[in-house]
Amino acid sequence: MRPRSAIQLASAALALAMLACAAPAGATDKVDPVADAKAFKKFFTDKFPKVKLEDFVNGPYSMNEDLHRQWEEKEQFPPYEFSLEMGKEMFSKPFRNGKSFEDCFPNKGIGIRQNYPYFDEKEGKVVTLELALNRCREANGEPAFSYVRDEMAALTAYMAFTSRGKPFDIKIPNDPRALEAYQKGKEYFYTRRGQLNFSCATCHVQSPGERIRAEVLAPALGILNAMPIYRSEWSGMGTTSRRFTTCNSQIRGVPLNPQDDEYRNLEYYLSYVSNGLPISGPGARP
Amino acid sequence: MRNGMLKAVLPLLLLIAGATSARAEGSEADFKTAYAAAEAANKEAGALRNQWTTTAATLAEAKKSADAGEFGKATASAREAEALAKASIFQATSEKERWKDMEIR
Repeated sequence: MRPRSAIQLASAALALAMLACAAPAGATDKVDPVADAKAFKKFFTDKFPKVKLEDFVNGPYSMNEDLHRQWEEKEQFPPYEFSLEMGKEMFSKPFRNGKSFEDCFPNKGIGIRQNYPYFDEKEGKVVTLELALNRCREANGEPAFSYVRDEMAALTAYMAFTSRGKPFDIKIPNDPRALEAYQKGKEYFYTRRGQLNFSCATCHVQSPGERIRAEVLAPALGILNAMPIYRSEWSGMGTTSRRFTTCNSQIRGVPLNPQDDEYRNLEYYLSYVSNGLPISGPGARP
Repeated sequence: MRNGMLKAVLPLLLLIAGATSARAEGSEADFKTAYAAAEAANKEAGALRNQWTTTAATLAEAKKSADAGEFGKATASAREAEALAKASIFQATSEKERWKDMEIR
């Protein structure tokens, strides 16, 4: 055998050996949403053994008894009520072509919040409720609403209200693209960013119940079940898009555009791991 | 004699060195070079979807100082912006694997 052939053969054998060694390592990174969701719930219920599983959807109010009492009192005259009424009116009001939001959704949009976001196999991407609402408007010749302002918050508040108590039921279809979207959402959730070097998990996994300045941090489990929320800090309503972009800027990261793929995937992941917990939106937060 | 010559030349050398250094830190050309480098690094961070608000703010400060003709200050700000952008690139690159350390399993 010539020396050159011997070297080529040895290189090929080495490459094959490396591939064989790499395979088991890759297997440990297998995407398993069911196991993730189970571990996610276990982490929070172990960390807060006194908090009932369904109570995690109440965010900071589930972490602190005094705050919980304040919240119960707030619910007598909820600060999001104005938004709820506005959303109800907007939802049934016909567009200029005579159709309305009711025509764009299953069951005329009533009691379906718990199924969003979903993975659209035609598009190959995650579709959130906010995105579906704007697509409905555009399909009917109406301009899209801002994802971070009152109109979108009102519409999602009304839809969440009609789903109150229904457990999150996010599905991951048997499509590798859906699994990839889920995995990317998970990666986004745990990735540190911004000059403060925080990930979503830094606050909402490592530190729920702790204070950051005057605020009590909410647990990640059930965090989207209460969306949209009235925040006293904002003196107004906030959508999921507003929450995500604000979190990014608070850690000194430049936020992405609302409904960019990263945020859609993040919402898909966070909603999936809260499957089974009831929708409680619209919520109120300090 | 040699000492005498050195004493005579030294102030001149210092003057030249000072002038060169001031030129190196404060000319419009230096600002433009530093600003372009910072913008390029920030663009790279943007491609990684990981820009920092502080980079943008420091770039704006640099531009403001340059518009006021304060090129020394502007160059310093541009260099700081470049360092921030490079740190955000490092963060995005290292987090590609490091995020798994925090994952609930």
